[in-house]
Amino acid sequence: MKRIVGIVLVGLGIASVLAAGSLSITGAGATFPYPMYSKWFDVYHKENPTVEINYQSIGSGGGIKQITEGTVDFGATDGPMNDDQLKTFQDKHGCAVLHFPTVLGAVVPTYNLPGVTASLNFTPQALAGIYLGKVTKWNDPLIAGANQGTSLPADDIIVVHRAESSGTTYVWTDFLSKVSEEWKTQVGKATAVKWPVGLGGQGNEGVTGTVKNTPDSIGYVELIYAESNKIPYGNVGNAAGVFVKASLAGVTAAAAGAAKAMPDDFRVSITNAPGKEAYPISSFTWLLIPARISDAAKRDALKNFLSWMLADGQNYAEALSYARLPKEVVAKEKKALAQIQ
Amino acid sequence: MTRRLRWRKFVSAFMLSMTGVCAVVAVSVLFLILGYLIVHGGASVSWNFFTKLPAPVGEPGGGMANAIVGSAKLLMLAMLVGVPIGFLGAIYLAEFSGTATAFIVRYAADLLNGVPSIVIGIFAYSLAVLPFKHFSTFAGGFALGLMMIPITLRSTEEFLRSVPVSLREGAMALGASKWKTIVTVIVPSAYRGILTTILLAFARVAGETAPLLFTALGNRFWSPGWGQPTASLPVAIYNYAISPYEDWHRQAWAAGLVLLGLILVVNIVARGVLARGISVSRS
Amino acid sequence: MATTTTTVPGAGPLAGSRSFLSRLRDGDEIARLGTFLFAASVVLITILLVYELWQGSALPRHQFGFSFFRTSVWDPVFDQFGALPFIYGTLVTSALALLIAVPLGVGAAIFLAELAPLRVSDTLEFFIDLLAAIPSVIYGLLGIFIVVPLMRRVIQPQLKHYLGFLPLFQGPAFGLGFLTAGVVLAIMIIPYIISVSREILLSVPRDQREAALALGATRWESTWKVVVPFARSGIFGSVFLALARALGETMAVTMVIGNTPVISASLLSPGDSIASVIASQFKEATGELYTQSLIELGLVLFLLTFILNGLARIMIVVTSKRGTGLGQA
Repeated sequence: MKRIVGIVLVGLGIASVLAAGSLSITGAGATFPYPMYSKWFDVYHKENPTVEINYQSIGSGGGIKQITEGTVDFGATDGPMNDDQLKTFQDKHGCAVLHFPTVLGAVVPTYNLPGVTASLNFTPQALAGIYLGKVTKWNDPLIAGANQGTSLPADDIIVVHRAESSGTTYVWTDFLSKVSEEWKTQVGKATAVKWPVGLGGQGNEGVTGTVKNTPDSIGYVELIYAESNKIPYGNVGNAAGVFVKASLAGVTAAAAGAAKAMPDDFRVSITNAPGKEAYPISSFTWLLIPARISDAAKRDALKNFLSWMLADGQNYAEALSYARLPKEVVAKEKKALAQIQ
Repeated sequence: MTRRLRWRKFVSAFMLSMTGVCAVVAVSVLFLILGYLIVHGGASVSWNFFTKLPAPVGEPGGGMANAIVGSAKLLMLAMLVGVPIGFLGAIYLAEFSGTATAFIVRYAADLLNGVPSIVIGIFAYSLAVLPFKHFSTFAGGFALGLMMIPITLRSTEEFLRSVPVSLREGAMALGASKWKTIVTVIVPSAYRGILTTILLAFARVAGETAPLLFTALGNRFWSPGWGQPTASLPVAIYNYAISPYEDWHRQAWAAGLVLLGLILVVNIVARGVLARGISVSRS
Repeated sequence: MATTTTTVPGAGPLAGSRSFLSRLRDGDEIARLGTFLFAASVVLITILLVYELWQGSALPRHQFGFSFFRTSVWDPVFDQFGALPFIYGTLVTSALALLIAVPLGVGAAIFLAELAPLRVSDTLEFFIDLLAAIPSVIYGLLGIFIVVPLMRRVIQPQLKHYLGFLPLFQGPAFGLGFLTAGVVLAIMIIPYIISVSREILLSVPRDQREAALALGATRWESTWKVVVPFARSGIFGSVFLALARALGETMAVTMVIGNTPVISASLLSPGDSIASVIASQFKEATGELYTQSLIELGLVLFLLTFILNGLARIMIVVTSKRGTGLGQA
C-alpha cells in the first residue's frame, strides 16, 4: 500500500514539474464556436508550447457569469453582454470588460417533413408565429404562402428548441425579437428564455437528433450541425424580402454593413441585416477579456493569442463552416488590443 | 390433497420462483452493464487513450491522459481531506467522547452523508472557488473529500467499537496510557476494517461527477500544480457522452470502462479480500 | 447509507479514574483535544453547509416567498423563477422509479433472505453491492446510448400503440423524458432496496417462520403473511432510503430527462428535475436572482433528502429492535 502511494506521489510530482514550465490560461463560455476555439488553442499551443489555453464550452451564459465572478481569465459569448452586465463587471472589478469578435456563424431552421423534398421558404413572421405557438399547422397560410407549388401536410408542427442556456438561442431570439413585436414583448431575447411552446433538446446535437427522429418537427441549429448531419434546412426571408439559404457568403454579406459602422465596443447585432444577399440569422461571436489583467505574463500571452487569431487564426475558419471576420473589423480589433492593460 | 391446498402450493411455488426471477434480473443488470462497457469501451481503449491529450473538438484521435492524472490528483486530495477528519473524528467518537457530543457529531455526519452530491457541488463552489477566484484541482479535491468524511467516520467508529473490551483492559492494566492503548492495540486490531472503509469511501467518490462540475471544471491540457482547473474521468465521460462526435462517444465508453474497472477492483479487494469475515456496512 | 451503530456497552471512556495531570503527561488530554477538533470539524462543515445554502438563497426567498413553490414559470429573461416544474419532475421520476424498483427489489430480497442457501445469497449480495458501487455517470452513459434509443424505437411506440388512450402515454416518442429517467433511476436504486431489505428480513426471528409453517402455512404464506409484515417498517425504511437516493440523483437523470421545465401528464414528455436543473444551469446562470434561485432549489433538495433519510433511519431501527436486537441494518 505504502509503495503504491509512493509511486503515485512520485508520478504526480513528475507530472506537476513537467507542466510547471508552461503558462496556463483558463477560458469558458459559448458552445457555438467551440470547434473553432478548440482548433485554435490546439494549433496555438503547438506553435507556442509554453502557453496552454484551456477552453471549457459551458454556454454563453456561463462565459458571462464566470468572467464576472472572476473565476476564469476570459469568457466567450454569442450574445454581447448587456449594459447591466457591463456595469456589474465594472463595479466588481474596477475596470471594463472588452468584446473581441472572433468569427461569424449562422443559425438555420431545420425540419423533418416526410414527403417534402423541396427546400422550404420561411418568412420571419412564419418563424415567429411557429415559435409563439400561433402557427400550429404545416399548411398554415403563413407558411404555404411562401411555398407555392409545394404541398404541405395539415399536420401539427412539433416545435423543438434548446433546453439549456445557449448562444444559439440568443441569436435565434434576437432575430425573432427584431421581426416580431409580439415576440419582443412576450418572450424577449436571451441565452435562455421561457418558451411559449415546444420541447427541449440538449445542445445543438440534441435538437438535431430530435428533429431527425420526429416527423413534422422544426428546430433551429448552428449551420455546421445541419450540414454534417445532412438534414434539410430552410431559406429565411431577409430584411430586403429575399429568401436566402444560409452560407458563408450570406453571413459575410450580413456582416458587411456592421463592419463599416462597427461601434467601438464591438457590441453589434447583425441579425436581420440589410442587403439582398445577407442571411438574416447571422451573428458574430465574441471573446470577453477584462481591460485590466494584473498578471503580466497572462496579459501578454492573451494579447499575443488575439493578434495571432486575427491574422493566421482566421485561415482556419472556413474549413469549419465559420465565416472569417471582415477586414475592417480585424483592423479595428488590432487597435483595440492596446486597451488591455 | 384438496383442490385448495393444491392451489396454495401452486401459488407458493409460483411466487417463490418469481422472487428468484427478481433476484436474477437484478444481478444480471450488473453483467449487462459490464458487458456493454467491455464491448463498446474495450474496442476504444488503446495506448493512445492512456498517453495522449485530447484532440481538438471534432477531430478524431487523442486520449484522456490528463483526465486520468487529474482524477488521481483529485482523489489524492480527497483522501487528504476525508481520511484524517473521518479517522481521527471516529477515534474521538469511539474512545473519548461523551454521549451528547457523540450524538451531535454522528447526527451531523449522517446529515452530511445524505446531502445530494450536486448540493455538495454548490457548497464547494461557494467555499473553494469563489473566494479564490479560480476553478481548481484543490476545489474539486475538497468537494470529494467532504463526501468521504461521513462514510469514513461512521464505519471507522463501528470498527473501533467492535474491538473487544478485554483487549483494551489488558493494555490498560499493563499501565499503558489510553492514547498508547489506542495507537498500539485498538487501531491495529481494527485496521482491516478501517482500511476496507477507506477503500470503499475512495471507490465511492472516484466516480462522483456532480461535485466536480463547478469546482474542477475541466482542462484540455495537463493541469499544473493544484491551483488550476483539471480534467477528470467522470466529467470527461459526461462531456463526451453528450457531445455530437462519434469519436468522443467511443472515448466516453473507453473512459467508462476504465473508471468502472478501477471502482470494481477496489470494491472487490475491499469486500472480497480485506473484509473477509468482518461485516462491512454499506455506505 | 444504512449505518446504524451497534453500541457495545462499556466500550466508551475508561479513563475516568486517573488524574488530569497524569492524563496530560501521557498525552491523553492532547489526543483527546486533537481528535476532538477533527470530530468537531464535521459538525462545523455541516452547519456551514446549511448556512451557505440559506444565505445563498436569501434573494429569491424574500422576493418570491412561498410562491416559489407554486409557480411553474422559469423565465431567466424576466427574472421570474418558480420551482414547481422541477419539484414535479423530481417527484414523478422518483415515483416511477419506486414503482418499478420496489416490487423487483423486495422480491429479490425475499429470495436472498428466505430461499437461497446462505452461500448463494452471500455471493449474489456481493454482486448487488458491486452494482450499488457503479457511479451515476456510467448509468447516464448507458442511459443515453442504450436505454434512450430503445425507448424511442421500441418501448414508447408500443406503449403509445396499446395504451395511447391514457393521458400518460401521449405525445411524440422522444426517448428522453420522465419515463426514461424513471427507468434509469429504478435500475440505480434497486441494489439499495435489496441490500437493506435483505438484512431486515434476515433479522426476523426464526421462530416466527417456524410457527407459521407448523400451523400448515405454505412457504410463501409464511413469508408473505408473517415474515414480511414483521419486517414491514424496515422494508419501508429501505424504500425511503432508496427514495432519498433517487431524489438527489443528478448525473444519470440530467443525461436522460430532456431538460425542459414543463409539467405534463404524459410520461413520454421531456421534463427536468431539481438536481438536473442545478447541474445544467448553475455554472451559466447570469444574474444574482437566477443563481440564488438555483441555490434555493439546492436547499429544497437538501431538506427533502434530510427528512426522508431521517424517516428511513427511524423505521429501520424500529424493525431491528423488534427482531433479534442485533440492530444490523
